[in-house]
Amino acid sequence: MTQSADAAPETGTPLPQFPMRRTCPFSEPGEYAEMRADRPVSRAALKVNGKPTWLVTRHEHVRQVLGDSRASSNLKLPGYPHQFHIPEEMLAQIRLMLLNMDPPQHTAQRRMLIPEFTARRVKEMRPRIQQIVDEHVDAMLAAGGPVDLVTALALPVPSLVICELLGVPYEDHAQFEEWSAAMMNHDLSPAEYGAAVQALDMYLDKLVTLKESEPGDDLISRFLEKNRAERIADHADVVTMARLMLVGGHETTANMIALGVLALLRHPEQLAELRAEPALLPNAVEELLRVFSISDSGTARVAVEDIEVGDVTIRAGEGILALNNAADHDESVFPDPGTLDIHRKEARSHLAFGYGIHQCIGANLARVELEVVYGTLLRRVPGLRLAAEPDELRFKDDAMVYGVYELPVTW
Amino acid sequence: MRVSAERDRCVGSGQCALLSPEVFDQDDEGLVVVLVEEPADGHREEVLQAVDLCPSRTLRVHG
Ligand code: HEM
Ligand code: SF4
Repeated sequence: MTQSADAAPETGTPLPQFPMRRTCPFSEPGEYAEMRADRPVSRAALKVNGKPTWLVTRHEHVRQVLGDSRASSNLKLPGYPHQFHIPEEMLAQIRLMLLNMDPPQHTAQRRMLIPEFTARRVKEMRPRIQQIVDEHVDAMLAAGGPVDLVTALALPVPSLVICELLGVPYEDHAQFEEWSAAMMNHDLSPAEYGAAVQALDMYLDKLVTLKESEPGDDLISRFLEKNRAERIADHADVVTMARLMLVGGHETTANMIALGVLALLRHPEQLAELRAEPALLPNAVEELLRVFSISDSGTARVAVEDIEVGDVTIRAGEGILALNNAADHDESVFPDPGTLDIHRKEARSHLAFGYGIHQCIGANLARVELEVVYGTLLRRVPGLRLAAEPDELRFKDDAMVYGVYELPVTW
Repeated sequence: MRVSAERDRCVGSGQCALLSPEVFDQDDEGLVVVLVEEPADGHREEVLQAVDLCPSRTLRVHG
């Protein structure tokens, strides 16, 4: 059977809406299992604008789409499945971030950045990450419980790690964190939010200008240095790149810190095993990344030529959401996918960091941050427990990146 | 078992070097380097896993 997203649905029933809600905070949306079984590549309407998009739900198909050069990441192309409202005139002005570039532009910028994130470089960052985590745990322990783990640990740790990588001067850290925390604070008014984004952008703009004349030992300076030879980016591109590193690496990691701790607290037997045997941590991190797959629809594409996926033909110009949370609950790859199992041997096959040329450049860094945070809490705060009723917790159900707003804990 | 890498395809995700550091490394550019072209049987399973996980299908095994 061949169908296309703009054809009238043969049943006459309206298209299902996307995003779909997780049935419980720890599971995938209820529709996904049924879709994987009966209509693994099917149509939905985007809630934000009612436009149609394809949803791809099987592990095999998600890998196929994300590995296909005919599936573009360029959000300016008509048909790209936008998940929040961007006015046309703004879209035209947007500078493409690495995330939204296609080759050869993508290849050139990515190649300038990958030396910063090799397995070895990330390993060298571990002692400093441990120090940052220890300082925040010290402060938590000194203040005494209950504390909100999101503000005490989950947000500041990745923020500081990125600050140091980008070369934000130490005296600006507090200011920097305030803006980035404001950008994650969903209780702010649009005006307050806009002000924080603008302040941060102006700051990054000045920071890049400073590095242009006074280079330091940091990612931005090294990028500028290479760029002098390769000339692939102008000043505004470098500012955009710095912003992507910040936004891409901050809230994602923060959400995984909080959700991972919460999931482990709900599974005390697995938590006890991890505490007794820290060598299990790397696989536990993969399994937590898998069960939550927090950036489910972050892997969005638009077909630039017709693409066959399963028995469907996706036409040129049609949008595709290659749902990594659906793929990561595919029972043909992950038996009993809804169950958290830190020993799961296929956990690493998850697609929570995407797949293909855009696979998360910060994946190995995020892995180390998560290992260090979970490991340190288990070791240093053995009595850690939730300081709220589970049903009081508010989850980021409608956000692009899933998470929990607050996580009150005590010990 | 022989391992090879089509380096032009590599996107430097470092999955292979993380999974099987005795067989795979990344050079100063961040691109994959095969350290041991004929890994011992003890590495077989992790090498096959690295080949499967590589997001850009850069790695191949023969035999
Ligand atoms: C648990 C934490 C994280 C998750 C779940 C996550 C998820 C993702 C996903 C799914 C993609 C692929 C998007 C696509 O295919 O279109 C991606 C790309 C990216 N991520 Fe992450 N990420 C995390 C942490 C980080 C960190 C720590 C950094 C930076 C230091 C970072 C920077 C980026 C960048 C720059 C890209 C674009 C890569 C490219 O287009 O080549 N991420 N991330
Ligand atoms: S896993 Fe593949 S893309 Fe990543 S570094 Fe190794 S060879 Fe390159």
